[in-house]
Amino acid sequence: MNIYVLLKKTFDTEEKIAVQGGRIEDDGAEFIINPYDEYAIEEAIVQRDTHGGEITVVTIGDEDSEKQLRTALAMGADKAVLINTEEDLEEGDQFTTAKILEAYFKDKDADLILAGNVAIDEASGQVGPRLAELIGIPYVTTITSLSIDGADVSIEKDVEGDVEVIETSLPLLVTCQQGLNDPRYPSLPGIMKAKKKPLEELEIDDLDLDEDDVEAKTKTIDIYLPPEKEAGKVLEGEIEEQVRELVSLLKNDKKVL
Amino acid sequence: MSDKLLVIGEVRDNDIRNVSFEAIAAARQINADAEIVGVLLSDNDLANAGEEFIAYGADSVITVTHDNLKNYTSEGYGQAVLEIIDELSPNGIVMGHTSIGKDLTPKIASRLSAGLISDVVDIENDGGETVYIRPIYSGKAFEKKAFEDDFTFVTIRPNNIPALEKDASRSGDVTAKDVDIKDLRTIVKEVVRKASEGVDLSEADVIVAGGRGVKSAEGFKPLYELADVLGGAVGASRGACDADYCDYALQIGQTGKVVTPDLYIAVGISGAIQHLAGMSNSKVIVAINKDPESNIFNVADYGIVGDLFEVIPLLIEEIKKVKA
Repeated sequence: MNIYVLLKKTFDTEEKIAVQGGRIEDDGAEFIINPYDEYAIEEAIVQRDTHGGEITVVTIGDEDSEKQLRTALAMGADKAVLINTEEDLEEGDQFTTAKILEAYFKDKDADLILAGNVAIDEASGQVGPRLAELIGIPYVTTITSLSIDGADVSIEKDVEGDVEVIETSLPLLVTCQQGLNDPRYPSLPGIMKAKKKPLEELEIDDLDLDEDDVEAKTKTIDIYLPPEKEAGKVLEGEIEEQVRELVSLLKNDKKVL
Repeated sequence: MSDKLLVIGEVRDNDIRNVSFEAIAAARQINADAEIVGVLLSDNDLANAGEEFIAYGADSVITVTHDNLKNYTSEGYGQAVLEIIDELSPNGIVMGHTSIGKDLTPKIASRLSAGLISDVVDIENDGGETVYIRPIYSGKAFEKKAFEDDFTFVTIRPNNIPALEKDASRSGDVTAKDVDIKDLRTIVKEVVRKASEGVDLSEADVIVAGGRGVKSAEGFKPLYELADVLGGAVGASRGACDADYCDYALQIGQTGKVVTPDLYIAVGISGAIQHLAGMSNSKVIVAINKDPESNIFNVADYGIVGDLFEVIPLLIEEIKKVKA
């Protein structure tokens, strides 16, 4: 089976966010594999180990993205591709990303493409479904179970807490939700092997694209931090008094009762 | 010819979801002069739902009823919506940022080669340009976005943009359209309902949420009682779900539901960043926790440091008194 994983590097969510001139300040920030993409890598490994085949991890990013790709290779992926847009693109949006991936996948004959259901930084959740539509294959988002039998695929999908049982077929794109699996940590031998696994670097020229083809449809005007919340009021006194005060505050000050 | 904005509504168990009414209000905010055309899809008759959509501010409604629209699939809904778009050539589309909205809109946007700004919590006019505010980095920051061209496509987060007042005297055309929905490659075999009946978490005005501090499934009982008194819903942190105190359907956070109620009462929840991502935009936050160092107190408007099993019954009594 020809398996692909779409990977994005993100800020570690535990990091403190700073904004400078309407942009997120990321100098010296710790980057990680988007946590939902880790479910995608793990599932790709499980499916390959069951059905055979090869896993290629694809990311769009810059030079530094090699680190996250090597981690995916250390987990067990076979090959990695870095589409480096650092020199060609100033701004991109989900349209941009999907168009670049469409060009990459044009001649790939993918059986299964896995992605995270959302990236924890910009949280749009668009790229997976956009790509599937562009390359003409069906997709299922937020999956929590995947079983493949020949070309037949059975899926459980999380729908706001309910579970849908879905039948579909390969080729297919899925986006992964928490609960699908427990992503493994890279082993030491895995890390050693990963250093020798193939990592191909491409630029958008190599995909027969120029900047106009992928020009963003939306723009970011500003990024700002929410207004610092006034320190909350921790009530004092006997518990009975605190409860009475709380109810009075909710009713009279905040008018939410 | 006036501008047209499409509002794709969601019908669940024959009722229109509240976020779809909010989407009408959002469309009105985006363009006060546009004709707002509602779109409703189902396997049932939609004449009444159509009238209700008009009462909430749509100027006209197009309905599609087809057996293949019984359960949402991106292909089935996509075929219906794309055919309507082809016919009307709207200037924009608004939909709720729900499970269906998140799944369907990127497909439509991709087909139209359009931009899509998702999970919008506010719409502003910035020197003549309409700008859209959305949370990023798990709600730790906000981003102001706009479109490069004149096609507008947004999904809105439930409970942030108030719906318009219902006006039953409004009138407009509700037209049933025939669309042949076929060749579906994905089929929903079964839907296993786990989410609780009653108040929908993502649309609830009041949420009482429990964490690991609730200690057991039994421990959630007083929370349900409190939610009941407040006419709200019960939610939970991931910790409580992982510990099997309640079903994952109740999970609030980065994974799980993102909620923006008027009142959020966090009970025995420590306040991990992943949980805050799902609730920190709530209008008023109350924290009840034994540990005064808990992070939840940093986002709470009011905190009570104490044993929840002592505090909740007192709170229920007191609320009953003021509600009486």
